Amino acid sequence: MSKIHLTTTVNGDAVEALVEADETLLDVLRNQLALTGAKEGCGSGDCGACSVTLDGRLVCSCLVLAVETQGRRVETVEGMAKGGVLHPLQQKFLELSALQCGICTPGFLVAARALLEKNPDPTETEVRYWLAGNLCRCTGYDKIVRAVMDAAAEMRGA
Amino acid sequence: MRYEAPDRIEKAVDLLASAAGEARVLAGGTDLIVQMKSEIVEPDLVIDVKRIAEMRGVVEEGGAFRIGAAVSGAELKEHPRLRKVWPGVIEAANLIGSTQVQGRATLGGNLCNASPAADSVPALIAAGAKVIIAGPAGRRELAVEDVVLGPRKTALAKGEIVVAFVLPKRVPLAADAYLRFIPRTEMDIAVVGCGVDLTLDPAGKIIAARMGLGAVAARPLLVGEAGAAIIGSSLDEPALARLEAAARAACRPIDDKRGTKEFRVQIAGVLARRVVHIAYERAKASAKVST
Repeated sequence: MSKIHLTTTVNGDAVEALVEADETLLDVLRNQLALTGAKEGCGSGDCGACSVTLDGRLVCSCLVLAVETQGRRVETVEGMAKGGVLHPLQQKFLELSALQCGICTPGFLVAARALLEKNPDPTETEVRYWLAGNLCRCTGYDKIVRAVMDAAAEMRGA
Repeated sequence: MRYEAPDRIEKAVDLLASAAGEARVLAGGTDLIVQMKSEIVEPDLVIDVKRIAEMRGVVEEGGAFRIGAAVSGAELKEHPRLRKVWPGVIEAANLIGSTQVQGRATLGGNLCNASPAADSVPALIAAGAKVIIAGPAGRRELAVEDVVLGPRKTALAKGEIVVAFVLPKRVPLAADAYLRFIPRTEMDIAVVGCGVDLTLDPAGKIIAARMGLGAVAARPLLVGEAGAAIIGSSLDEPALARLEAAARAACRPIDDKRGTKEFRVQIAGVLARRVVHIAYERAKASAKVST
């Protein structure tokens, strides 16, 4: 079976790749485009470590076929910092030590950004429900939730 | 594996009908891609239907809603009218998976995956929803309760695709609700799911009632006796006892890791009582908001 010529936009840049029909977006991001921020945790949509946005919608990139993104817009954690300046969420995660091993962190950052774009002033309950599909096995979530709440407050003030 | 993403339903039907090997329709992929990865299905052809405009929109026509089978749960939730008029259908659809899963999962996929525990299906059954099916012989309609025949089995013939769901025009003083039991608060598969749709008269007496039950039999059920048990009542205790008994009598569950047969039968009655109160309060309140 011949490969498919994929043309899509990742973090604002037009990219091209030759992909197999059954290759996931996660595999193409990591193995062909050298964007290794999105992680493979479970590979079945349960852990959220591979979270990206597709046309602005939060999804698990392990459950998207790369070919589905033809002509669409993908955003990954690599697109969050602008010109060497961290996104307020990234900065808060650092300040509050909202991570330990770091595997889940890119997924949390991408998911939290998607939340704050829709709802700049979420309650703690809303943050916890929105992030329920992102699993962290180290921190116990409290620091993550606090970092998201603090970043939201800072972004509202900015 | 070959991948096709046609932009017209006729083309998708042609591809599906003429496929030599195993062909699968891809909507949100939250079941199909997981099954492909674990080699439960190994399709030769995957037909992505998300570029077919008719399957991607929500249209209100004369008070009825036509929901494209490939509209995501997140999009349903953001539709202001749907949430107001069919809160039970929307809360059922939104119980499926995480935010990430909601960004992809669809009503068409939830139905055609044909799981007995699919959350949106009992709510759609209660709502009296129909599906529009496109196939090689043209189009037909089917009630949602007639689509799933058993685990992984549907009434769709080769080449047929569920294009859209039609939710009927609302009458005044009517509302729906859905509840499911899971052992935790979020993101699990229903042990029992129960959807109900009620219509009241101005005095608060129930004049129409439909109940759908999930995860208690080989397929999601329309429980006609449960609806009949409360018609003419205002949810007095004898009516609720009849409802509970009818819901339990309809169950033909299995034992599995999520619950025993006895537990499922018990919970079906409990959920039936609880959900009917939610729908009743919503139906009363619907007099105050125009639908």
